[in-house]
Amino acid sequence: MGSTLRIVNGRVYDPANNVDGKTRDICIKDGKIVKSVPPKTKTIDAKGMVVMPGGVDIHCHIAGAKANIARKLQPDDHRRDVMRRLDLKKINTRSGTGGTVPSTFTTGYRYATMGYTTAMEAAVPPLLARHTIEELEDTPVIDKGFYILMGNNVLLYQMLQEGRHEEIRNAVAWWIDSTKSYTTKLVNPGGDEPWKGHRNATITQLNDKIDGFEQLTPRKIITSMVSAVEDLGLPHPVHIHCNNLGHSGNYKTTLETMKAADGRRIHVTHIQFHSYGGKPDENPTSKAPAIAEYINNNPNISADVGQVMFGKSTSMTADAPLAWMLTRYSSDQRWVNADTECESGCGIIPFAYQEHVYTHALQWAIGLELFLLSKDPWRMVLSTDHPNGGTFTSYPRLIRTLMDKEFRKEQMNSVNQKAVAKIKRAHHMEREYTLQEIAIVTRAGPARILGLKNKGHLGPGADADITIYDEHEDKELMFSAPRYVLKDGKLIIDNHEFKNNHEGKLLHVSPDYDEGIKDVIRPFVEDFYTIKFDNYAVSDNYIHHHEVIPTTK
Amino acid sequence: MSAATETKTEANTKTVENATCTFCGCLCDDMVLTVDVDAHKITKAKNACVLGKALFLSHEEEDRPFALIDGKPATLKEGVEEAAQILTNARFPMFYGMSDTTCEAQRQNVALVDMVGGTIDSTTSVCHGPTGMALQGVGESTATLGEIKNRADLVIYWGGNPAESLPRHFARYAVTAKGMYTPRRKKDRTIVNVDVRRTKSTPVADIFIQVKIGADFELLWALRALVKGRKVAPDIEKRTGVSLETMQDLVERMKNCRYGVLFFGMGLSMTRGRHFNAAAILSLASDLNEYTHFIATPMRGHGNVSGADMVVSWQTGYPFAVNFSRGYPKFNPGEFTATDMFARGDADAGLILAADPGSNFSQYAIDHMKKIPMIVLDPKLTHTAKLAKVAITTSHYGINTGGTAYRSDGVPIELRPCLESKYPSDEEVIRAIYKRVEQLLKAKKKTKSANNKRRKAA
Repeated sequence: MGSTLRIVNGRVYDPANNVDGKTRDICIKDGKIVKSVPPKTKTIDAKGMVVMPGGVDIHCHIAGAKANIARKLQPDDHRRDVMRRLDLKKINTRSGTGGTVPSTFTTGYRYATMGYTTAMEAAVPPLLARHTIEELEDTPVIDKGFYILMGNNVLLYQMLQEGRHEEIRNAVAWWIDSTKSYTTKLVNPGGDEPWKGHRNATITQLNDKIDGFEQLTPRKIITSMVSAVEDLGLPHPVHIHCNNLGHSGNYKTTLETMKAADGRRIHVTHIQFHSYGGKPDENPTSKAPAIAEYINNNPNISADVGQVMFGKSTSMTADAPLAWMLTRYSSDQRWVNADTECESGCGIIPFAYQEHVYTHALQWAIGLELFLLSKDPWRMVLSTDHPNGGTFTSYPRLIRTLMDKEFRKEQMNSVNQKAVAKIKRAHHMEREYTLQEIAIVTRAGPARILGLKNKGHLGPGADADITIYDEHEDKELMFSAPRYVLKDGKLIIDNHEFKNNHEGKLLHVSPDYDEGIKDVIRPFVEDFYTIKFDNYAVSDNYIHHHEVIPTTK
Repeated sequence: MSAATETKTEANTKTVENATCTFCGCLCDDMVLTVDVDAHKITKAKNACVLGKALFLSHEEEDRPFALIDGKPATLKEGVEEAAQILTNARFPMFYGMSDTTCEAQRQNVALVDMVGGTIDSTTSVCHGPTGMALQGVGESTATLGEIKNRADLVIYWGGNPAESLPRHFARYAVTAKGMYTPRRKKDRTIVNVDVRRTKSTPVADIFIQVKIGADFELLWALRALVKGRKVAPDIEKRTGVSLETMQDLVERMKNCRYGVLFFGMGLSMTRGRHFNAAAILSLASDLNEYTHFIATPMRGHGNVSGADMVVSWQTGYPFAVNFSRGYPKFNPGEFTATDMFARGDADAGLILAADPGSNFSQYAIDHMKKIPMIVLDPKLTHTAKLAKVAITTSHYGINTGGTAYRSDGVPIELRPCLESKYPSDEEVIRAIYKRVEQLLKAKKKTKSANNKRRKAA
C-alpha cells in the first residue's frame, strides 16, 4: 500500500479536463492522481478554497552559467533579500539569497511557496549543460528541464550550408540526448557570427546573409530547425527568440518568423519584446494587435508573453548584441559578455523598469494587450522571461492585473501617460481574466505546449502536483500564498507553512539518432572545441531523479 | 579492482583515455594514462606537460593512517566523530580551501557550513578574489577558451607567466593553437606580453612591454584614456616606464584587431591596487567593444578553484567569503576571508578541505590555527595537516575519484579516475561529518529545550 490522500470540498479548476470551478474530490495515490482511494484516507478539507494543478513555467532563466555570473555580479541584489535556513522537525532546508537571480535553493523554495511545481530553464549552451544540470539538482521541490541553444551552432551552419539535412536531424537528436535537455532554442539566429567575428555587428533581417556562411540566412536556420524538431517528434517544438528583440519596428520580423514556420508548430517566446512598431532608434509603438491577431488566426503558433513588471530586473540573454544595445539605456555601469565556443553568445546587465519611462510603460502595456487580445489562452501563456521582464515572484501581481480591471486602470493612470494614452481607451482593456483562464495561462496551457502529458491537469494519471489557494478578493494575495502545495503527492506547504522538502525531477528527452552522426561531430569538436569529443556528452552519473519524456515518433 | 581486471592486458596494464589533469586551471582533458595495475602506479601520462607528468607519475599512495587525531593514528570513524564534535561545539568555525577537490565535495561542504552556521572561503580569496570583486563593480567581457582559439588575432598576457604556471596554455588555447579563423596558428596572431620583468613567457611574445613595479593600474588607466580618445601627457612614461608611443601603438592594435584578448594573472590581482587593477583591465576590454570584439579573462591556478566559485555562488549568491552565522549567507571580503579570520583570531575552529594554508598564510594566521582545533582533509600530510587536531586522509580527485571540475573559463569537465584508492573521497568524508553533526545538533537542541522547560517549571 502506498500513501493515499483525498482533497475534498474544493472548487476545482482543471481546464484540461473541462472542470471549471465545480466542487470535486481529488484522489492521490503514490504521487499520482487516481480515480478513487479507499474511504478511510487522510483528507484535506478545501472548503472555500480553489484547487488547481501546480503552476508550470515555460520560460525562465534560473540555472547555469549565465544565471551564475548574474548572481556573482550582483551582491547588491542579494543582501536585502535573504532566505533563512529552516530547522524543522522532519527536515532542514538550505539558506540562500534572493533578489532578481536567487540562489538555487531559494529559487526552488520560492517557486513552491507560490504554487509552481515545474519550471523550464530556457537557454543553455550545450557545452555547459553539465553546469545547468548540477544547479538544477540543487534547485529543490520543483521539476525542471532546459532548452539548448542551437541557433548559432557553427557545425550545424556548416551542415546547413551544404544542405546535409539528414545529418542536421541526427546531430540535433544527438545534442538533445547527450546534454539531457528538453528541446532546441533559437536565440537571434545568425547573430553570433557577426557579433563575435565582425566587430560586434548583428543581423537585422531574416534574409540577411550570415558572416562567413554566404549561403545562410536566419530564415534558413529557422526553417531547417523547425523541420528537424518536427521530424524528431520532440514533445515541444522549436522555442524561438526572434531576431531584433527590443528594437522599434521589430514586429515585422516577428510576423515574418511566424510565417516562415509555414503552418508547422513553433513556440515564440517573450513575444512582448517582439511586438514593437515605429522606426529603428526611435521610440517604439504598440503592435500588439497585429501580433495577437496573427496568433489568434494561426493555431500552429504558441507564445509566452514575457510581461514587463516595474522594478529591478536582470537582463540576461544569449542575445549578446541586445545586451550591448541595452547598455545605452541602463544607468548601471556593469555589462557582461560571455562567448561560448561554436555555440552561443551571452549578455547580462542589471536593469530596472520604471513607470515614468515612456518605453518601459509601453512595454508593460503591450504585454497586457497581448494577454487581453488573445482569443486562445492555451496558446498565449504567462511568463515574465524571469528575470528579464521581472522576477517569477511577480506572477501573483501580474495575475491580479489580468483579473482585476480596476486595479489595472489604477496602474495605467500612474505610468507614463504618453505611452499608454491610446491603449488605455482600447476596448480590450475592459476584459477580465477568469480563474479558469488563469489556470490555463499558468499551468494547463504551458503543460500542453510543452507536451507534458502528466502536468497541468488533475485527471487520473497526472502527477499529483497540486496547489490549493484560499479564495480572496485580492488576487495578488491569493496567488502569492497558497494554503497547500503538493508535489508528487507530498505536502510541501501545509496550512501556509513549509513542512517538507522534496527533490524534483529532471525532465528530458532522448530522441533516437543514427550512431554514425558521432563520426561527423567528433572531428569538428576535436578541431574547434577545447574538450575531447568523448568528454562532451553528459554522462548518466549526472542523472539522479529524472524522467524521460517520450517523443511522438 | 574489478574495473582493472576487466581492461587489463598481458602486461597487466590498463589505459585510461581522455582523462583530465587537475594540476592547473588549464584542465587539459586529453591525457592518456597508462597504469601498471600490480604496482598500482601510473607509468605513462601521454600529452601531459611537465607539471602534469609530475602529478601523475609521482603519484604514490602513501601508507598513512586513515586519520590522525593529535598526531596519533586513528580510524576513519574516530576521525569523523572528532571532527563532528569540534564543529558541533564551535561557535565561529572557518571553512577554507576547496580548490583541489570535486564540485560534488564542494557542494556537500557548503551544506555543512550552512548547517553549523560557519564561514566559508576558498583559495579564490588569495588569488583572483579581487577579480571577483572587480566583476561586481564593472562586469566583464569574457569567452570560453575555444572561442579564443578559433578567433583571437591579438592576445595580450598581462601579469602572469603561463609558460611556467599553465604550460599548455599557448599550445592548446591561445598562441600556437590552430583554430577556425586562425589556421596558421601563431602567424595569425599578435602576441603581447606586459609584465614587470621578462619571464619564461616573454619569448613567445611579438611585443614585450615592461611596466614599472606597482604601476599596472596607471598603465591600464592611461590605455583606457587613449582608447576613449583622451589626451595623455608624455610624462606618463615616468610613472609607468612605458612610453606614450608604445601605448598608442598598443591601443591602435587593440582597436583594430578582430577579436582581442587580455589574459591576466596574479601580477594584477595580488599586487598594489588589487581589485582596482582587475577592474581596470576588465573595463579596458569592455571599452574596446566600442571598436571591436574584446575579451578579458583571468588565468586561474588550481585545478578546480573555478568550481569552488561556481558552487558557492549558486548555493549562496556570493563567490567566496560567505558567513552563515545569522542563518543566511552574508558576503564580506576582509571580514569573512580566511586569512583575515585566522590572523585576527576570530575563528574558534577550522575545517580545511583540499588546500594548505599552513604553508602560505601569514604567520599570524598560522599561529592562530595552531591554537584552535583544526580539521584537515587531504591526501597528503601537508603543513596544515601537521598542525591539525584531526587530519583525515582522502583519495586524490581526478586520479582516484571522479566528479566535476570547472576550467578557468567555466567549462565543466567530468573527471576520469584511473586508480582505485583505499582512502575515501572528500565528498564521502564531508557527508559522513555532515550526518554526524546533524545528529549531534539535534541532540543538543533537545537537551537545550529540556533544560529550558525545567527552568521554566522551576
